[in-house]
Amino acid sequence: MMSPHVLLTLPIAAPLAGLVLTTLLWRMPRLQRFAGLAAGCAFLLAGIALLAATVDGDILATQFGSWEAPFGISFVADNLTSAMVLITAIMAVVVAFYQLAASEENERPMFQPLYHGLLLGVTGAFMTGDIFNMYVWFEIMLISSFGLLVLGGTKEQLDAGVKYVMLNLVMTTLFLAAIAFLYGATGTLNMADLAKRVPNIENDGLVTALAILFLLAFASKAALFPLFFWLPASYHTASTPILAIFAALLTKVGVYAIVRCFTLIFPVTDGLATIIGVMAALTMITGVLGAASHFDIRKILSFHIISQIGYMLVGVAIATPLALAGSVLYIVHHIIVKANLFLIGGVIRRKSGSYQLKKIGGLHRTAPFLAILFCIPALSLAGLPPLSGFWAKYLVVKPSLDAGNWYLAAISLAVGLLTLYSMLKIWNEAFWKTPATAAPAPTRDSKNSFAAQYIAIAFLSAITMAIGLNPEPFVAFSVEAAGQLTDSSRYIDAVLESPYARN
Amino acid sequence: MEPLYIVAIGVIAGVAAYLLMSRNVLRMVLGLLLLGNAANLTIFVAGRLGSSLPPLITGELTTIALSANPLPQALILTAIVISFSLVAFTVVLLHKADQHLHIVDTEEMREAEPIEPIADRKANEATQ
Repeated sequence: MMSPHVLLTLPIAAPLAGLVLTTLLWRMPRLQRFAGLAAGCAFLLAGIALLAATVDGDILATQFGSWEAPFGISFVADNLTSAMVLITAIMAVVVAFYQLAASEENERPMFQPLYHGLLLGVTGAFMTGDIFNMYVWFEIMLISSFGLLVLGGTKEQLDAGVKYVMLNLVMTTLFLAAIAFLYGATGTLNMADLAKRVPNIENDGLVTALAILFLLAFASKAALFPLFFWLPASYHTASTPILAIFAALLTKVGVYAIVRCFTLIFPVTDGLATIIGVMAALTMITGVLGAASHFDIRKILSFHIISQIGYMLVGVAIATPLALAGSVLYIVHHIIVKANLFLIGGVIRRKSGSYQLKKIGGLHRTAPFLAILFCIPALSLAGLPPLSGFWAKYLVVKPSLDAGNWYLAAISLAVGLLTLYSMLKIWNEAFWKTPATAAPAPTRDSKNSFAAQYIAIAFLSAITMAIGLNPEPFVAFSVEAAGQLTDSSRYIDAVLESPYARN
Repeated sequence: MEPLYIVAIGVIAGVAAYLLMSRNVLRMVLGLLLLGNAANLTIFVAGRLGSSLPPLITGELTTIALSANPLPQALILTAIVISFSLVAFTVVLLHKADQHLHIVDTEEMREAEPIEPIADRKANEATQ
């Protein structure tokens, strides 16, 4: 049995090693790709080990730099964190595998180091127990994502990059200022210590102002209404593997930060719950309406990211254990399904030469296997049984009704219907209708093997099916994770009373 | 001292907001720089001003009760390094964007999000 210190270091060490190795192997593309995939697999093993150590409800914590909590930088893994780390690792391997066959980014030596930098930032943000350290991980994640977004250097990407970079930098600076105010009010940065001290602040107005500042900073990261505008302005310009990993991870870091902050540090008062609930509802509605108005596969799916983020926030607004379990399950389900849809979009593009639905068609004849694979994540996204989305939506709708929040439940269901409309639109236009123009002549790109891409897509679809057909262990795990979230004393005890890291 | 700092932070943040709302990307970068500095000063003030005694433990002393707070300085140093690298990246990005697009006005940046009628027209031309 490995010590907590090792278990909590390995998920950071693996992408860091990947980052260093792939930078060193700059001039050797094949070796670089191999090293990247190896680092991804090491990351996956570290994630599995971490989940195995925390699955029975233990909360692991360690402090770095030989300083005891709350002075050293804490790393903490409860059920939510380890689930997020594992799902990040799975996405890292699957997208890297998919990327083996995608020639568009293969020639760029910068891709691999930035990709591992992104994973490093995301994992660090999930695991850290220190709010300033979380800011640092956010920045690592951001600068890698900036690089990845403009990697192609096309006009479109530069244009999107300017907007993405500007808006994100302003919002992270806001996050930094919020940290400064919180530090001024409490004198600590350790999240467990903050959880003990924030309730002692006598000035209620100050606590509310701090909570709103953090909510704003994280909401822009998570692309919540009304701070989502950077996402549809930029995502669709990136290439498929980059887009898939962005869609899977970036916004979810924001959601994770909201879940963590508003279960641990700030109590969700009635007023705050209403604000979060209204934001969640408007996010769902605007996202799905945006998707309904577009005919570019990438734009439709980008808007659906926004709409689905709303579902994850419903749990935070209601804040009962079952509702939070719904949020946890929804995040896990969404990461897999969304990345899968973007990967399928990439294959559609390679098969038919365009992302524009009006220009393509007839794929059910030319790519019947892809058509079947598309149905699984598409119907799961809309929430049809027996797929993973159904159980995730059930765990969102039922607690809303239990809590008497009928408007959240009604909006969730209506948005699910509109999601189905968008998915049917892609199905009708891309797969079913006869193409308006003749199929494009096969290019070098479309002649390369599709095997790696199909394996990646099939694997993710298999996970979706597994959650859908056998939801019991996943729901039980989410409920356990939510139990840890609602009883924050366990987290606090694990961090502040964990023995000084010795090994 | 504190009121002076607070007014300074307010002024810097106000100027930063004004610059950020401009459409010229160069002004926006300057706004970003100023906003970062306002945040850094906020951390500094949050660490309590007062003593200017250096936080060094000398000789047989074991605690430093009356010294300046070293933590905000460590935080600000980290934040300065991060904001320096991000601004450096942003400037290079804007330079590239200017080279390729010949635009410094964000309102005119329409490559990634074309206005709808133009997009439709292009799509129609492509199908005909």
